[in-house]
Amino acid sequence: MSESKETQAGSHHWGMVIDLDKCTGCQACVIACHAENNIPTVGAAEVNLGRARHWIRVERYWDGEFPDLKARFIPIMCQQCGHAPCEPVCPVFATYHSDEENINIQVYNRCVGTRYCANNCAYVARFFNWFDPYFPEPLNEQLNPDVTVRSRGVMEKCTFCIQRIKRGEDAAKAEGRDLHDGEIQPACAQSCPPQAIVFGDFYDPESQVSQLARSKRAFQLLESLGTEPSVIYLKGGESHAE
Amino acid sequence: MLSESTSKFKNLIWPHEDDPKERLLLDPIPQEEMNQIMLKPMLKAGPGYWLLVALLAAIVLVCLFGYWFYMVRWGMGIAGIRRPVGWGVFIATFVFWIGISHSGTFVSAILRVFNAEYRRPITRAAELMTTFSLACGGLFPIIHLGRAWVVYYMIPMPNQRGLWDNFQSPLAWDLLAITTYLLSSTIYVYLPMIPDLAMARDHTTGWRHVLYKLASLGWRGLEYEWHYLHKAINILAFAIIPIMFSVHTIVSWDFAMAQQIGWRSSIFGPYFVVGAIFSGVSAVIAVLLVVRKTMNLQYFLRTEHFEALAKLVLIFSFSWAYFFFNDYLVEWYGGEWVGHQLLTLQARGPLAPFWYAMLFFNIVVPWLTLWNKKVRRSPMALFLITLGINVGMYLERFIIIPGFLQRNRLPFDWGTYSPRLPEISIALGTLALFSLLYLLASRVIPLIPVWEVLEGQLSHSRRRIGKTVVTSIAELE
Repeated sequence: MSESKETQAGSHHWGMVIDLDKCTGCQACVIACHAENNIPTVGAAEVNLGRARHWIRVERYWDGEFPDLKARFIPIMCQQCGHAPCEPVCPVFATYHSDEENINIQVYNRCVGTRYCANNCAYVARFFNWFDPYFPEPLNEQLNPDVTVRSRGVMEKCTFCIQRIKRGEDAAKAEGRDLHDGEIQPACAQSCPPQAIVFGDFYDPESQVSQLARSKRAFQLLESLGTEPSVIYLKGGESHAE
Repeated sequence: MLSESTSKFKNLIWPHEDDPKERLLLDPIPQEEMNQIMLKPMLKAGPGYWLLVALLAAIVLVCLFGYWFYMVRWGMGIAGIRRPVGWGVFIATFVFWIGISHSGTFVSAILRVFNAEYRRPITRAAELMTTFSLACGGLFPIIHLGRAWVVYYMIPMPNQRGLWDNFQSPLAWDLLAITTYLLSSTIYVYLPMIPDLAMARDHTTGWRHVLYKLASLGWRGLEYEWHYLHKAINILAFAIIPIMFSVHTIVSWDFAMAQQIGWRSSIFGPYFVVGAIFSGVSAVIAVLLVVRKTMNLQYFLRTEHFEALAKLVLIFSFSWAYFFFNDYLVEWYGGEWVGHQLLTLQARGPLAPFWYAMLFFNIVVPWLTLWNKKVRRSPMALFLITLGINVGMYLERFIIIPGFLQRNRLPFDWGTYSPRLPEISIALGTLALFSLLYLLASRVIPLIPVWEVLEGQLSHSRRRIGKTVVTSIAELE
């Protein structure tokens, strides 16, 4: 897994560990993500069409048969694959792998909107701007100045709140120190009431994410595809005994 | 009694032989008469013609360009595509037109290379279909872009962003393949046209004379000119065949290279090429039938030509069915659950009407009818069958592209797709554009390569060997 990779000076492997036992499906992460990343709401008609836009979504699956039925939740966002299927198919390098953060970058200005990346994402994590964004009053007053508002015709997806990563790195650099674990929090991790989402650097073997990822419950979503996701899930439900 | 048995006997010996007199046009008429048959419908354009041109131009302007600009102004959202179905009618129509474009190359280049003599009168009309359908298909990669106004980002050229194309992307291959094909097929249709343009130059006055004079590049019909022309056509005919195969293989790789279930198949290359030729040759038949009827070209386009093409259609129907069965069986036997979801979607789900219609038009109808000589020789039946095949092949692309995208490995994110008016309108708009281009060309470009027909007639002779008469061919060069 990722922590075995040699750490390069000045680079990180940002990643997430999501404990499915702790996730209650409360959707606080979804709301926080919308607020942080200037994601417009699209309205009921568009949602009915299948154009709901949430960079992070909480998928609900039913486990068992009625009446012995349980709801299972799994929050899914861009998995920031190490071997991402979306990257090679983009003809204009609008999506590529960053060496510094080891995440999958989406450059809105380069995107021409072929939507090939979205077709090729096994996690259906990419969202297309079908129309120009619209923020009804008073939502237009709360736009995050650190995040681009995307125009019509470009692709977008979870960035691991790269604006927060960059700000944290800059602050640490200005003070001449290393980043410490937990200093950088994306909006979803920050807002998760049961702290099911933990964010950190996999290159640091002592970081909270690295330690959690060693759990016997750890798995990656659709890992058989060989996409090497940077999001580790900890198995939930009664299927594990610890 | 005697005559009856002889005729039976005759049938036993030559049950397969068509009359080569028909197929090879071995009933020569004076060259001047031939020229006139070709030129007469070109020079006359009645009010019906102009009415049709105006109607088609209006459809192209409103349905194609009107809706396209509307979509550029307001966003892709006015089309029916949605998550997770990122590609819909636009890409299906794109693949359809690129498929049709294989007609010309197949009928013309492959039959030319193999010296199939019956190809002579049909090459030009088929090659023109290649060029025009590429022009229509080539629009769709631009139409379907979210930001069509920055399409030049995809062209490899020096720019201030310091970025070259991502040549790992099948879409970059697509761009190169289609532009190469468009360029080479245009040259390929133009070269054999030069002697006919010179012929038209010598028979026309006014603006036509000026146009043909320019376009025929001072052709005088000298021996060295013929020598170089034959050489150039021969080189191009060989060169364009690998281009044709590579183009549709690359188009199929847009899908086969992806991880989408139902797409990632190693036989998509040949499967798509065969499907393209299947629909392309069918389209050639349908278009040629219309051309023959409206331009009175019965001398050049005989029933035997259509019969020969219909046999090709039947062969390609067999080949297409073989690839379809392969693809289906492997998906079914493989047993992956998402793949089975797709098969269920086809057999019992919302895709079922399309799927059964596809099998009906592509397999049931050709297999039940085209083996029959009477059907192959009936223009009306052929017209309907070949149109049906094109509907079936369109449905195939529709099922594979927006159909399969509806299912993925995360059931929570499954979706549906239904096209909306802008998409349908733009797709039909390109059909009108194709018809319009063809209609305009039919009055400017000689649709029958008269010199090739003449060459065929000169090189063939009928000889009596023993009791039978056989057709022999002499190479002119």
